[in-house]
Amino acid sequence: MSATTTETGTSFVPAADTLGAVLAPGTRPPRPSALSASLTFGWRAMLKIKHVPEQLFDVTAFPIMMTLMFTYLFGGALAGSPTEYLQFLLPGIMVTSVVMITMYTGVEVNKDIEKGVFDRFRTLPIWRPSTMVGYLLGDAFRYTMAATVILVVGLVLGFRPQGGVVGVLTAIALLVAFSFAFSWIWTMFGLLLRSEKSVMGVSMLVLFPLTFLSNVYVDPQTMPGWLQAFVGVNPISHLVTAARSLMAGSPDTGEITWVLVCGAVSIVVFGALTMRLYNRK
Amino acid sequence: MRDRTPGLAIETSGLVKTFGENRAVDGLDLAVPAGTVYGVLGPNGAGKTTAVKMLATLLRPDGGEARVFGHDVLREPDAVRSRVSLTGQYASVDEEMTGMENLVLLGRLLGHRKAAARDRAMRLLEAFGLTEAAGRQVKNYSGGMRRRLDIAASILNTPDLLFLDEPTTGLDPRSRNQVWDIVRIVVAHGTTVLLTTQYLDEADRLAGRIAVIDHGRVIAEGTPGELKASVGSGSVHVRLRDAAQRPEAERVLTGELKTQIHLEADPVALTARIPGEDADAGAERASRALAALASSGIVVDDFSLGQPSLDEVFLALTDRALTDKKMEETAA
Repeated sequence: MSATTTETGTSFVPAADTLGAVLAPGTRPPRPSALSASLTFGWRAMLKIKHVPEQLFDVTAFPIMMTLMFTYLFGGALAGSPTEYLQFLLPGIMVTSVVMITMYTGVEVNKDIEKGVFDRFRTLPIWRPSTMVGYLLGDAFRYTMAATVILVVGLVLGFRPQGGVVGVLTAIALLVAFSFAFSWIWTMFGLLLRSEKSVMGVSMLVLFPLTFLSNVYVDPQTMPGWLQAFVGVNPISHLVTAARSLMAGSPDTGEITWVLVCGAVSIVVFGALTMRLYNRK
Repeated sequence: MRDRTPGLAIETSGLVKTFGENRAVDGLDLAVPAGTVYGVLGPNGAGKTTAVKMLATLLRPDGGEARVFGHDVLREPDAVRSRVSLTGQYASVDEEMTGMENLVLLGRLLGHRKAAARDRAMRLLEAFGLTEAAGRQVKNYSGGMRRRLDIAASILNTPDLLFLDEPTTGLDPRSRNQVWDIVRIVVAHGTTVLLTTQYLDEADRLAGRIAVIDHGRVIAEGTPGELKASVGSGSVHVRLRDAAQRPEAERVLTGELKTQIHLEADPVALTARIPGEDADAGAERASRALAALASSGIVVDDFSLGQPSLDEVFLALTDRALTDKKMEETAA
């Protein structure tokens, strides 16, 4: 067969020589390392953001709204003035917004998993969790963006962190690291539940109490004892305290350690459950 | 370099997969010789896709054994994965990404460095006539282009075994021909292809051997020729000049062929199924029957000799399977 390959889609005739040239069996490269495969899937997540930039709306508009809303709604009543309240609220609202955004991971996984492309990924000889890690790497970018947006809004509104650049950046790094670890719960639900809507529903059910029943908005001292007990064990409270301490320039190592341990446990437990579901899907 | 030893690419015995009450694959035995196109033919719901998914390590079998190039799919999934590649029934490419990005992504996942992955992607796009569409998102591709990209992605590393699950379902005739040409070239380069299809002519044109499956089991297996021969050697179709001579023609043909004659809706046409196993003997008997018509003074305007189509084979086989089952049930 000596047909010529034309460029237009319809009149294409497969040519034995050009096709044969790409089929010639060369040596196959060794399988990629776990890190390389994960980064490649991370690149895939970034490409998706590039092609559907609207999805960044969630990580920009939503945090701005949250910050403005709560600063002006509660500021006067709780701390005398919005600017005064903002010094207390900002680290917490940053944590809340970013942790809220983590639920999109589950939705995204749920949407994607039914598509044929997953069958292809699952037939590749690669480190299995890399597909999921890739998602979370893309999400870590989104978390960083959301945190940055809130920081900028906060600075504009009069937030003046004592911890300086280093304190604020460390706090954001801790928050993004925790959110990456925490998101494994969503990859699990994304694989477990049948529809996007049920993933959303479960996410809300988990995230609302977790973010509101915390020390984000008010001092837990004013709460009834049973609620104080919950707020005390809520990992979000610990994360908020750790972030506040870093931004204030007086790092609370105990709380930071608590957050890191909590994140590690989340990766081990929910990561294992996720991979179990992924392998059985 | 890789060994491409002749032998079996796929070997399954008693493979079972159940979904609740439904036994999607119910004791499947396959032996697929390496280096060929092997057709798995069956209607919707026969268990073709489920079988392919088990062989490609996507589903865990509930019973039986399956080996791909000697590697057990359950115990050595990575060894299997490194030698196979799958083009699923639904596009196994990412719709939101461009054709180029899809292939580079896959190249990287298969261990190519960035430059090599790009180079390979470009050459594949060219070989598949997609250079112009390289920078467009796949969701804007036509069905045929999408399918070509899908196959390009599957052969990125020149797999030893390629699963094509209903590769032409939903394609227009031209795109279908392109896929067929690609399959022939791929197989000529040493890749074994397992092709599932519900189109009989597709299996007939491409496959060296065919397994007909129904209700998760192989109900017949052989070369296309063998399968056709198993339902008789064909038929002879005759058109007369004069419709008045048809009853006479029917009588002569019945006497000669000892078979039921089918009178067509067209008043001058009739068709006779030629009994017997052997196609050559069938042709001889048909020519004797035609001679008998001529010597009886019946004027034949036109005649044709037809091999049984795989459609007939398939219907005959599934009918037979149905009858056998009924008999089993009655006996039980």
